[in-house]
Amino acid sequence: MSSTSTVVVTRRSKSLADRGRELLGKFGVHLFLAGFGIIFALPLYWLFMSSLKEQSEIFKVPPDLWPMNPRWMNFPDVLEVIPFWTYLGNSFALVVWSTIGALISNTFIAYGFARLNWPYRDQVFILVLATMMLPFQVRMIPMYIAFHQIGWLNTLLPLIVPSFFGNAFYIFLLRQFYRTIPMDLSDAARVDGANELQIFWSVVLPLMKPAITTLVLFEVIFTWNDFIGPLIYLRDNDRYTLSIGLRTFFTLYGARWDLLMACSTMFTLPMVIMFFFGQRRFIEGITLTGIKG
Amino acid sequence: MNTNRSNLMWAGIFVGPWVLGFLLFTAYPFFASLWYSFTNYNIVRDAKFIGLYNYEFMFFKDIVFWVSIGNTFYFAITLVIFGTIVDIFLAALLNRKIVARATYRLIYFIPVLVPTVASSLIWIWVLNPQRGIVNYLLEAMGLVGPNWLGSTTWVKPALVIMAIWGSGRAIIIFLAGLQEIPRHLYEAARIDGAGPITVFRHITLPLLTPVILFNVVVGLIFSFQAFAESYIMTQGGPANASLFYGLNLYFHAFENLRMGYASALAWLLFMIIMFFTLVVFRGTRRWVYYENE
Repeated sequence: MSSTSTVVVTRRSKSLADRGRELLGKFGVHLFLAGFGIIFALPLYWLFMSSLKEQSEIFKVPPDLWPMNPRWMNFPDVLEVIPFWTYLGNSFALVVWSTIGALISNTFIAYGFARLNWPYRDQVFILVLATMMLPFQVRMIPMYIAFHQIGWLNTLLPLIVPSFFGNAFYIFLLRQFYRTIPMDLSDAARVDGANELQIFWSVVLPLMKPAITTLVLFEVIFTWNDFIGPLIYLRDNDRYTLSIGLRTFFTLYGARWDLLMACSTMFTLPMVIMFFFGQRRFIEGITLTGIKG
Repeated sequence: MNTNRSNLMWAGIFVGPWVLGFLLFTAYPFFASLWYSFTNYNIVRDAKFIGLYNYEFMFFKDIVFWVSIGNTFYFAITLVIFGTIVDIFLAALLNRKIVARATYRLIYFIPVLVPTVASSLIWIWVLNPQRGIVNYLLEAMGLVGPNWLGSTTWVKPALVIMAIWGSGRAIIIFLAGLQEIPRHLYEAARIDGAGPITVFRHITLPLLTPVILFNVVVGLIFSFQAFAESYIMTQGGPANASLFYGLNLYFHAFENLRMGYASALAWLLFMIIMFFTLVVFRGTRRWVYYENE
């Protein structure tokens, strides 16, 4: 009621001058957004344009703003120069296994914190959140030494296995979603004689699809991008993921910016495509939790 | 009694994996790295207890350590100040109801999806003094672009600019914060004749303080752990001008194999992060406005 009356008041009091000011304001907003937008888009424009330049053109001073003869062969050429498919296979294995691990463990664990009652549950949950404060660097050295001792260096295991034991960020994320599902549903199933595992699997989990999509998006992007983990644990070229492979490519062929940019484009594109499909869930996940970097 | 016991059993089943993971991947490395920080340890030979010597060396003898602290504070403070201003400004513009809003939002967000290795290579190339697009455009405006990553003065600003470019996540969080602000406050202010700047200062900014606080904490923690960009782009150079805390720690651990000293650095990092988080949250009471109070 009150909001309709304000609308009436504002509309009546809107003079021609007000309208003009509003139009000017909108123009200003567009001016700033487009101006900054060009600056933000510039590096990606340069990435793509450089990936289409010929080797001779890439060195021109001053540079051409776009390639004179777009050379699409740069993309297949990358596959010749570096073992792209090996790197891709390793990245793929890392992403798939980590995501499976994160999916199984976190849906399970968060359920225990959101939908079961047990003593000191909320205190333990604070401990879960507190683990987020511990920087990676503190864990890094003892974990490296331990994995070294059990002979897991130069394999993907140190990067995959921990994801099967839950992660504070995802537990928090999923717990938020679990709590929005009415408890009555679980209670009704319990009355029907279902045990907790059955309730989890056939009553609650089917309602968690949006949250699970968010988790998968985050985990895929995170592991695909991960640099320091593979850098520490992987030694041999044939074990490298794309992130380490691309950086090795740079240290070996630091001047081939045509191919480096083509490879960077191929490395980035899957993430952008994935984002297009899961945009809503992705944004939702960020606003819900904020963190994860 | 019976239900209590079955509750406990289910809690054990669901939360058990987390407990195991916590002991293996958090509690163990936590204490182990504390122990290592009191030793001299290079993995090959057994750790030798040396008391507080690592900390003594760090504070009183290691000049490079202090250089890295200075660099990191420079980076963190500049990034948090300029990043917050740019992000709030853009979020406020994106919050206006205008055409093409989704497109603008996408442009500002896509850099987040670029993997670190790719974005590092892109920025090396974009900032190339002779062949990069940045100096090309500066020259077109009649300015002489610096030698960015090769200059002790400009390498840190360059990395700050790059970090702001990739801060779309913070923009999304600010945008969500802006959308939480009740519309009727703005309408009331407009009826009272308040201009856009007054509205921003007295309504938007105070109501946004919890989100600002969150982003400041995250930004500080991120800066102190920053590693991959400087590792790939500059290796800490020129003349240690971009040697950040996380990079210095990595060099000690994995290139000098001084695991004991690196653990001491990691523990100090943990203390610094705890300290920042507490100070910022303490300060909260004075300047953050929470709606429920």
